[in-house]
Amino acid sequence: MSFVTGVGLTSFGRHEGSSTLDLMSTAAELAMADAGLERRQIDGVICGYSTTMPHIMLATVFAEHFGIQPVYCHAVQVGGATGMAMTMLAHCIVDAGVARHVLVVGGENRLTGQSRDASVQALAQVGHPVYEVPLGPTIPAYYGLIASRYMHEYGVTEEDLAAFAVLMREHAATHPGAQFRERISVGDVMASKPVASPLKLLDCCPVSDGGAAFVISRERTNGFGVKVRGCAQAHTHQHVTAAPALAEFGAEIAVARAKQASGLSIADVRYAAIYDSFTITLAMLLEDLGLAPRGEAAARVRAGYFSRQGHVPLNTHGGLLSYGHCGVGGAMAHLVETHLQMTERAGDRQVRDASIALLHGDGGVLSSHVTMFLERVQ
Amino acid sequence: MSLDPLPMNADWTTGVEAIAFQRCRRCDAVQYFRRGFCRRCGSTALETCRASGTGTVYAVTRVVRAATAEARAHGPYTIVLVDAAEGFRLMAHGAENLAIGDAIAARFIAFTGRLVPFFEKIKS
Repeated sequence: MSFVTGVGLTSFGRHEGSSTLDLMSTAAELAMADAGLERRQIDGVICGYSTTMPHIMLATVFAEHFGIQPVYCHAVQVGGATGMAMTMLAHCIVDAGVARHVLVVGGENRLTGQSRDASVQALAQVGHPVYEVPLGPTIPAYYGLIASRYMHEYGVTEEDLAAFAVLMREHAATHPGAQFRERISVGDVMASKPVASPLKLLDCCPVSDGGAAFVISRERTNGFGVKVRGCAQAHTHQHVTAAPALAEFGAEIAVARAKQASGLSIADVRYAAIYDSFTITLAMLLEDLGLAPRGEAAARVRAGYFSRQGHVPLNTHGGLLSYGHCGVGGAMAHLVETHLQMTERAGDRQVRDASIALLHGDGGVLSSHVTMFLERVQ
Repeated sequence: MSLDPLPMNADWTTGVEAIAFQRCRRCDAVQYFRRGFCRRCGSTALETCRASGTGTVYAVTRVVRAATAEARAHGPYTIVLVDAAEGFRLMAHGAENLAIGDAIAARFIAFTGRLVPFFEKIKS
C-alpha cells in the first residue's frame, strides 16, 4: 500500500537564472512541507533526467545538494512517461518495505537553459540514430506521422484535434502558474504556424522551465488520504518505424493491466490526468484508455464531457499544452493537480468529485506507457 | 521471391543507393534495422537483401519547422513511413503530394550532405 502524502509544483514558463537543481529543490521543499515531513524523514529519492544538466547520477547529486542521505536513490529515464514511472516505482518501493517516504522529483530550465534549436534537436534523438535521425525528423514530425495515420483510420479531423488545445487553454486560464492563459479558439489553432503536418504550433506543447515533486509514503502523514490503488506499464517499441498497428499501442495494454491491478474500471473514473504532449497524443490516449469511443474524443470535448464541470474533468491545470512542459516535471504536474482535486484544494478549479482518478503517461513516440489509478480514502 | 544479396551495411545509411533489409534463414522473418541476429527467433543466420524500393505510404508528415539550420536550408520536406513490398516498414523522404495508401517507388536524393531515400507516386 502507498499514499501520495504531499505535492509541490512551481509555475511553468520562464525561470531566468534558475538551474535544474534550483527548480527541483523548490518543488521538493513544497512537496515535503505539504506532506508535513522534514528532510531527515525522507529515506528514498527518485528523480528523472534533465537535458540541460545531463549527469550519470542525478539523483545522488540532488540528494547531496538538497541535504538528504537516503537508503534508496537513483534516477529514472522513460521520456515523457518518467513522472508516472517514478511514481509507480516509489509505490513498489514503499510497498516492499524498502523505504518509508520516497521523494519523487523532476525539474529543468529547459526553456532558458538552452536554445530552442538545441531543445528540439536533443529531443529528436529519441529517433533511431541510423535509420531515422539522418532524415531530419523532429518530435512533432514523429507525432505528425502518427496523427496522419490515426486521422486516416478513424476519421479524426484537424478541427477535432484543435478542440483539445482549446480545452487545455480554457483550463489553464484560471491557473496562475500556467505558462499560457489567454483563451484561444479552434480558428486560432487552425491559423497557427504549421510545424509538422497535420500539427500546428498550438497543437504542440511549449518548452518551459519548471519543477514538480511529490512524496510517496507507506502510511498517511496528514489528512489527505490519496492512495495508489494500482498501476501498470506497457512498452511496445522505441522508434515510430517499429511501432505496432494503431490498435495494438501500449496504452490499451497498460490500462488493462492497471484495471486488473486496481480492481477498478473506466466507469469508476471521476477525474483524468492524461499526457498531452500534442493534441493527437491526448485524442489517441483518451480513446486507447477507453475514456471515449474510437474517433469520438473530440465530440466529447465539445460536449463538455472533459470540462471542469463535466463527467470526467481532464487536466484541469491546462496540461502540457497550456500549463507547460519542462521535461520530467511536465507530466508530474498532472499528478500534482490530481492530488489538489482529490483533496479539494484546487480553489476555483475545483471539480465536484475527484474520488477516483486515472493517470496516464507516455514516453518516446507512444512507446512507453504507465497507467495509474488513485483513490481517495477516508 | 528472389533475393539480391548485398554486403552487410551497403545501403543508403552508408551512402549506397539501396534500401536493404535482413531475412532470417531459420524463421523467414524480415527486419529493417540491421543487427547480428533475428529479433524474432535469435538466429544469427541472416542474409542482407536489397529491397525493390517499392511500397505504399503508411503515414506522412510535412516538416516545416526543422531542428537544425542545416535541415532548414532544404525548406519544408516530407517524411513518410513506407510499408515496403517485402514486408518491413521504413522511414524516408517523399514527394509533397503523397497521401496514405499511395503506391510509391524510391529514388535517392542528398539531404544535409547525406544520401536519403525519396519516394514518389508510381505513375499508373
